[in-house]
Amino acid sequence: MRVSLFITCVVDQLYPRVGEAAVELLTRLGVEVTFNPEQTCCGQPAYNTGYRREARAVAARTLDLLDRELRTSDYVVAPSGSCAAMVKKCYAELFARELEERERARRVAGRFYELSQFLVDVLGVEDVGAVFEGRVTYHDSCHLLRELGVSGAPRKLIRAVGGADFVEMSAPEACCGFGGTFSVKHPELSAAMAADKAADIERSGAEVVVACDASCMMQTAGVLSRRGSAVRCLHLAELLVSRGGQ
Amino acid sequence: MTMESRKHPDGPETFVENYRRALDDSGLRGALATATGKALDSRRQAVADVGEGDWERLRSRARAIKEHTVEHLDFYLAQLADKVERGGGHVFWAQTAEDARRYITELAARKGCGVAVKSKSMMTEEIGLNAALEAAGVEAVETDLGEYIVQLAGERPSHINMPAIHKTRGDVADLFTAKLGVERDDDIARMAGLARRVLRRRFAEAGMGITGVNYAVAETGTLVLVENEGNIRLTNSLPRVHVALMGIEKVIPRLEDVDVFLRLLSRSASGQQLCSYLSFLTGVKTSPSEEGPEEFHLVILDNGRTGMLANPHLRESLFCIRCGACLNVCPVYQKIGGHAYGWVYPGPIGAVLTPQMVGRERAAALPFASSLCGACRDVCPVKINIPDMLLRLRHEIKEGVRKSPPRAATRPAHHRLVTDDEADDEAEDELYVAPLRHRAADFVERALFMLWAAAMKTPFRYRAASRVARVAQSLFGRRNKDAARVLRVPRWAASRDLPPFAARPFRERWPELSKDAEEYRAAKIALPGDRPTRDGKGPAAARRG
Repeated sequence: MRVSLFITCVVDQLYPRVGEAAVELLTRLGVEVTFNPEQTCCGQPAYNTGYRREARAVAARTLDLLDRELRTSDYVVAPSGSCAAMVKKCYAELFARELEERERARRVAGRFYELSQFLVDVLGVEDVGAVFEGRVTYHDSCHLLRELGVSGAPRKLIRAVGGADFVEMSAPEACCGFGGTFSVKHPELSAAMAADKAADIERSGAEVVVACDASCMMQTAGVLSRRGSAVRCLHLAELLVSRGGQ
Repeated sequence: MTMESRKHPDGPETFVENYRRALDDSGLRGALATATGKALDSRRQAVADVGEGDWERLRSRARAIKEHTVEHLDFYLAQLADKVERGGGHVFWAQTAEDARRYITELAARKGCGVAVKSKSMMTEEIGLNAALEAAGVEAVETDLGEYIVQLAGERPSHINMPAIHKTRGDVADLFTAKLGVERDDDIARMAGLARRVLRRRFAEAGMGITGVNYAVAETGTLVLVENEGNIRLTNSLPRVHVALMGIEKVIPRLEDVDVFLRLLSRSASGQQLCSYLSFLTGVKTSPSEEGPEEFHLVILDNGRTGMLANPHLRESLFCIRCGACLNVCPVYQKIGGHAYGWVYPGPIGAVLTPQMVGRERAAALPFASSLCGACRDVCPVKINIPDMLLRLRHEIKEGVRKSPPRAATRPAHHRLVTDDEADDEAEDELYVAPLRHRAADFVERALFMLWAAAMKTPFRYRAASRVARVAQSLFGRRNKDAARVLRVPRWAASRDLPPFAARPFRERWPELSKDAEEYRAAKIALPGDRPTRDGKGPAAARRG
């Protein structure tokens, strides 16, 4: 099986270790991983801020690239629920009036998966052989949870990690407050939401909070570190390539 | 009119200043957390009691009814008006808030009503009716407890169905002491008893009773009113004249449709299976021995709603049944409450309605006041896709798809009197121009997104931009620690650390990664640390080529 990684711009620029983990994880599972370095961004920042002209220009290019990737790969996988939701859901709206692009978006959407969804629903794997000693909690990223309806897959994968003690925080589905440009336009509101999230994570007693989106990590880790918290923030892929220890 | 009120100090145009004040108010945040938490817990339990499957079926049914009704709104409104008139009621079609205000104040003058009792109605808030009545010499008395508290305090409601959600029990005790001249007592039951005694007298004095409408049944001309306190029943039955005010979207086709909405409304709002009082009002009394008012007037108001109807992307705005669940579940509303939104309807649905009613320019900040988390859509009893409409409004605001003039041209008139320059003032509203700093910020933002799109359109420019960012970081950042400050996002960085750009982006690491992966696959051997998996589907088993 051949998978083309859509690595997302945030992972590429800020969290390349997440992309490395995704490559290692999929490789260990027997998947042939490819990556097209021509890729840039899904277009979500502009789309969410109302600049559809700009979003469409970037999305059209990405859509074309993904479509080409799918000629040689079976699936496209992204370590992000948010970018996956953009491609799987919003492209249809963005290209509602362009017949050809809309059809291409529909085709790509059917074979585009968020990582945890891909592991559980496509590969049929829950235990990936990871070992991690410690207490772990999980934050539901909004777009993964509410746009793609994925909440079980990441939990199954975490529960199967050897040595990991999985605990739920009291409101795992509460937004971390990132919201892309929301956090830039209304940073105080965004920070107030993040503070609640951080407090909830700390109350859970977990040493590590796992998320499926680098943007949520950026927000949550940023607040935890500012609070001087000892809780670490990991992407699911990073947890799943762990082979023991903390 | 003073300059102060012309600037609308707490309107939607000053949203940022409004919410900063709210965030600093720890009492407010405590009150909001308690009340929204309680409402959500009760709702969750009520939905669980119905059962997930049945609840979803109810939501779909309700949505289908709304879709059908809004699609055929002209037909059902005509049917409703006809039935109401045949039942002896008067129907007035109000295009604007001003039309509705004028009709009601003139009616009060004609009927010699010096006092009007009111039940809780967001519609009357929307048109600023209380201020208009005061200006016409009619004393308007709110009779819903929360609404009464808000009126005594000289404020406006901060929630669709919990108007005084921003007040703690202590706040109310202080207010009653100050305004009613009683000894301070913060026992909730005794405070409610006091309000009841005061209000009962006002019911007896009132010549006019003004209510909203929950559902107006087209096939029978029946108005359905939902409440928990019994004040609506007194409002519509004791005074000689009953005026009901409804938006055009409140009509539903058949009596049996009421059932679907009743099941959803109270559970979504407060977790109740059904409200405490439910009134079905059809026609006026036909002989003096019957109970009820002598005259009934139904005011059907547009106030910008046909504009929503005309826009297929925003039509769902008209499906709202005002349960308030989206407010309770919204992480933004939970933090700042309703007043910060600056107009009548707060929360996610307010961020959708307000720009459409007061103008997209004036309320331009509201659709952006959301992380688009989608909790509002999940909780909505009519499945309104609020995040999608927020995105649509953002697009219309940024790219000017529909530069519609504010059709409603109403403003929060609650804290001041309507004066003769009202008309001038509304003309001024239509010509609303954002302050220079907002326009400048808009200009910069637009330029940045054009640059962003240019950079993202080719991998070469993307790599170049990423190099520029790294150079900037190494020049100005102290060992990658303060990327946030380098990027000049001090408000962001005030409460969070921003991760630095990685020394090498993923794409530069890919060639090595790819080589390693290739070798691993070719060798087909277990890496150190591999262990047998519980389901046998782990590394070894999955390595199927």
